[in-house]
Amino acid sequence: MTAGTSTVEREDTGTGRDGFARLVRAEWTKFHTVRGWVIGMVAAAGVIMGLGLSPGRQGSCGQNGPDSVCALPVGPGGQEVTDNFTFVRRPLAGDGGITVRVTSLTGLLPTSGEGTRPGLVPWAKAGIIIKDGTRRGSAYAAIMVTGAHGVRMQDDYTHDTAGPPGGVSVASPRWLRLTRSGDDVSGYASSDGTHWARVGTARLAGLPATVQAGPFATSPQYTQVINQPLSTGEVSGPSQATAALDHVTLQGAWPAATWTGDETGAFSNASPLQRGGFQQTAGGFTVTGSGDIAPAVPGAAGLGTTITQTLVGTFAGLIAMVVVATMFITAEYRRGLVRTTLTASPRRGRILAAKAVVIAAVTFVTGLAGAAVVVVFGPGVLRANGVYVHATTTFTEVRLVVGTAALLAVAAVLALALGMVVRRGVIAVTAAVVVIVLPYLLAITGLPTGAARWLLRITPASAFAVQQSTPQYSQVDNVYTPVNGYFPLAPWAGFAVLCAWAALALGLAVLLFRRRDA
Amino acid sequence: MSDATIVVDGLRKRFGAAVALDGMSFTVRPGQVTGFVGPNGAGKSTTMRVILGLDAADAGSALVGGRPYRSLRRPLSQVGSLLDAGALQPSRTARNHLRWLARSQGLTDRRVDAVIERAGLRTVARRRAGGFSLGMRQRLGIAAALLGDPPVLMMDEPFNGMDPEGIVWMRGLLRSLATEGRAVLVSSHLMGELQDTADHLVVVGRGRVIADAGVAELLATASGDRVTLRTTAPPEASAVLTRAGATVATGPGAATITGLAAEKVVALLGESRIPFSEVSAHQATLEQAYLELTRDAVEFHSAAGTGASR
Repeated sequence: MTAGTSTVEREDTGTGRDGFARLVRAEWTKFHTVRGWVIGMVAAAGVIMGLGLSPGRQGSCGQNGPDSVCALPVGPGGQEVTDNFTFVRRPLAGDGGITVRVTSLTGLLPTSGEGTRPGLVPWAKAGIIIKDGTRRGSAYAAIMVTGAHGVRMQDDYTHDTAGPPGGVSVASPRWLRLTRSGDDVSGYASSDGTHWARVGTARLAGLPATVQAGPFATSPQYTQVINQPLSTGEVSGPSQATAALDHVTLQGAWPAATWTGDETGAFSNASPLQRGGFQQTAGGFTVTGSGDIAPAVPGAAGLGTTITQTLVGTFAGLIAMVVVATMFITAEYRRGLVRTTLTASPRRGRILAAKAVVIAAVTFVTGLAGAAVVVVFGPGVLRANGVYVHATTTFTEVRLVVGTAALLAVAAVLALALGMVVRRGVIAVTAAVVVIVLPYLLAITGLPTGAARWLLRITPASAFAVQQSTPQYSQVDNVYTPVNGYFPLAPWAGFAVLCAWAALALGLAVLLFRRRDA
Repeated sequence: MSDATIVVDGLRKRFGAAVALDGMSFTVRPGQVTGFVGPNGAGKSTTMRVILGLDAADAGSALVGGRPYRSLRRPLSQVGSLLDAGALQPSRTARNHLRWLARSQGLTDRRVDAVIERAGLRTVARRRAGGFSLGMRQRLGIAAALLGDPPVLMMDEPFNGMDPEGIVWMRGLLRSLATEGRAVLVSSHLMGELQDTADHLVVVGRGRVIADAGVAELLATASGDRVTLRTTAPPEASAVLTRAGATVATGPGAATITGLAAEKVVALLGESRIPFSEVSAHQATLEQAYLELTRDAVEFHSAAGTGASR
């Protein structure tokens, strides 16, 4: 062996991208040769799976015989819907229209005891509707007055267009008109029956020649959030709305001679507030209903939960990953090993980059495995326990799994950067858990909704938004809180907040790493 | 072999108020073991860290094979270094420690096994490094330093914690590395450890070089060309030697002669048939030479109490 003329075997020819791949391999070797870190990752995946698949939540769906099976109608867009209202109808053959005047909309709300009190929920609705038959979930278009959102034109459950604002009364009635022309249904509003304004036109593809049309009324679940210092509670129950309509004018061919009523609350154990009905009056109707024509939402105003519930163990897995990611750098400082690392590769930014690549890849793959298992098998466990789980599209499930893995990976990089900045294991782990995990835990447990939403807009925990699986609808009042799986930012916006934090911390870490003596 | 050098030129560095390096300059040449000696706090470790690009100097330069360390593409193939044998992840095995280092340089596991063999770690290679004695950690550090088969080697106090057998092994290793043509820089605060190992010495104190010379040269300076004589006829001997140009100082039982080499003394006494029981050239030890050289540095250090030890 002669120094200088190197006879040492090499695995690569050594050019390429200046050896960054070698550094990544070196850091990967470092990672997988410390048993504690590998165990930490396995534990992280284990706790995500364990909490996601453990039968913690109980429901009554399907638990008491065939009648108790929970099923929601599915709307034209494929989503689960609520389609519950008192419908006073007659068939309409071909093109035509209906015009009514609404002179009042009143209602009843539940109280904390057994009684009721007068009042309207904001999305109580009454007006006229054209619908593809009476099957639950079938296509429709409607124009209506509401409790607090003025005149609205809505169709196919998810579409909502605002018309003239304001409530209705005898002194200030509201005229509504709905006309069909082929697949198009147009809604108009007027305050005097003379001057009309078009609110919107809905295209209901494949609407049959004969549809059902007429007045309707319904009133969704009443929910009130009670924020107390250390807990967030809800009062909820059914509500009822009653509308008075007159000046009913029909246009086109209406073959039936009489009006048929499909009333809400016709089942045996319906509460008084759920009961509906209609009366024909001189020149009109009084229609009472309870329910909603809207997308079905999980949580207080709806039924069951979402697939997001299966990812409940993410935070625990995140804690384990944050600890390992932090130690991936602080352990080197503790033993002075960082100097050996630097003699092997003197360019410091690249070392940190290689470490970030390795810890991100390891946590991403671990998170992907954990999240995939709970998203695939978790709903089955929940359903077996009688909990209704809302259907999700495959695309959403993939986004949840990949998003959760990405959240864990970027959070691990943030923890690594904090470890580099602080250089002490205990302090770095504490800091990482406080900035990444704690905001999420506070937001889903003790904090009032406002503070929780604020935390989930600006802290790294905002990235939990990638786990939201059902959209938030402005035309459905619900408890849209983090604990119910609703986040204040859109999934990728929340993820971007975490990325920004990680980039900032990584930048600071590189700067300090370069400046400091090792 | 022209690039197998370390050239340190005018390094200066302060840690707060303490001066760690104060114009440190020296050169390490290939094919020999250069001892880097000085009391604790003289700036040896700091110099090595600056050479390796770990610490930044306030002024001056440190080049390895003509280039700053931070610009080396596969540094472990240029310089092998052992700074701190304790710098290990305790739960990682010795072999895995070498494997990640090998990965970073694009080296194979076969190379890892070769240096394990050379460092005498074969039987413990798959044990956790956390359970190693300091001597075994030093061997692991040596294995890491040899991994890239570098022409330059630099070791900070490699004898620390080694048992006598290990010290003998280490000396042999350092000698053979130099024989292979490598430049070897070895620091120590104990000159005795380098007695039979170093060819060249850089003696430092208070952050600068006090002496930079070959070992033989240093010893001659310290020994001062004196010869000790034991004889039953001191007056006759004194007369003969004085006539030959020597200065003779007679003491109890022995005389000290200056100005004549020992062989010449023996020849003269033999010609004159003067009986003697011993003629010996006075041999100063490196330790004595070192103490002589560093006395000022140490005294200053204790008196001023500057904590320039890092």
